[in-house]
Amino acid sequence: MNVAQTFAGLFANFGNLTWQMVVMWVIGGLLIYLGIVKKMEPSLLLPMGFGAILVNLPLSGAITQGDTEGPITALFEAGMSNELFPLLLFIGIGAMIDFGPLLEKPWLMLFGAAAQFGIFFTLAVAGLFFELPDAASIAVIGAADGPTAIFVANTLGSKYLGAIMVAAYSYMALVPIVQPPVIRLCTTKKERLIRMPYRKGSVTKTTKILFPIVVTILAGLVAPASVALVGFLMFGNLIRECGVLNSLSETAQNVLANLITIVLGLTVAGQMTADKFVKPDTLLILALGLVAFIFDTAGGVFFAKLLNLFLPADKKINPMIGAAGISAFPMSGRVVNQMGLAEDNQNFLLMYSISVNVSGQIASVIAGGLILTLMGM
Amino acid sequence: MNIASLDTTLPMMLVGMLGIFLVIGVIILAVYLLNKVTHHSDES
Repeated sequence: MNVAQTFAGLFANFGNLTWQMVVMWVIGGLLIYLGIVKKMEPSLLLPMGFGAILVNLPLSGAITQGDTEGPITALFEAGMSNELFPLLLFIGIGAMIDFGPLLEKPWLMLFGAAAQFGIFFTLAVAGLFFELPDAASIAVIGAADGPTAIFVANTLGSKYLGAIMVAAYSYMALVPIVQPPVIRLCTTKKERLIRMPYRKGSVTKTTKILFPIVVTILAGLVAPASVALVGFLMFGNLIRECGVLNSLSETAQNVLANLITIVLGLTVAGQMTADKFVKPDTLLILALGLVAFIFDTAGGVFFAKLLNLFLPADKKINPMIGAAGISAFPMSGRVVNQMGLAEDNQNFLLMYSISVNVSGQIASVIAGGLILTLMGM
Repeated sequence: MNIASLDTTLPMMLVGMLGIFLVIGVIILAVYLLNKVTHHSDES
């Protein structure tokens, strides 16, 4: 009898299993599948997917249960609740970015600004369904910038961090699927055929070194809440461009970014527990994230079309490059270039679209900071 | 559905878009200035 009871006790935890947990296993499995098979942001979707399964086992020891602290909860307290992980990741991202082509044609940054429209539009739409801090956090999915989305959602104390992260990283990976139909809908064939001959400019090393410092000061003065985000991104870029810290630059780009990415994915998954995730709100957040991406794309395209009204015939801009003003780098820039080539196999937009895409990385961080400032943080 | 939230969020949308163009505009001017100044320095 005792043996039978002891044996049955081994399986007692099955009684704590809920259907919502099983749903989360399926979602975790889907994220792993998308990462491995479809190669969609595997460095993040795979840890998030595995983490989603890990934290949704009944009485999972990976997260805090009662008085027993779990390691993923400890990681969250150590690096997410204080925004440390996304900021450290920004050092690595900053070290990876070459602002050179953008600095040759700084006016292209205007498209980065225009393509943040989706964030502010989604803020208005999300405000209809959610409390303002949650609506603002959801809107920043449109930044197409995972660390910024984490930073803003955490700072505003949103309870939807897990859903926001899944939406942000999923849509970033889905840029080649989401953007082309929107671009086609917003442009005529004639506009898509506009050629933009590229004339290489020049930029001095001094400009490249001073740029991250100047951007940090300017962004910090206007949107003080963004100074940590912008500052860490620009610090990484300064390490890259200064020319005397190559070893640190390589460490930031590889070791630091990889380490943070591993723990970031798992830590975000800690927020994907069934009780927080399996809700109608999650579907609404995913839909609003899509709205943000669509209106980001449309914002950039229509801004280019607006500029074309004032430009002479031989200086017209191919409005598709405006769509690259989101932060999903380099996917968005490549998508626009491929669309240009699909219309005309001699229409090379890559240098423009990639430069606009880089500007989107700066603009999305500043937009995140502005959202925080507008929210009174 | 909280329609009243639009009273808060629409002005935020306007100020946010103006703000981002303002900040980016100033950064663009700063880059033009930096390019001009540093090219002169390099030439001299």
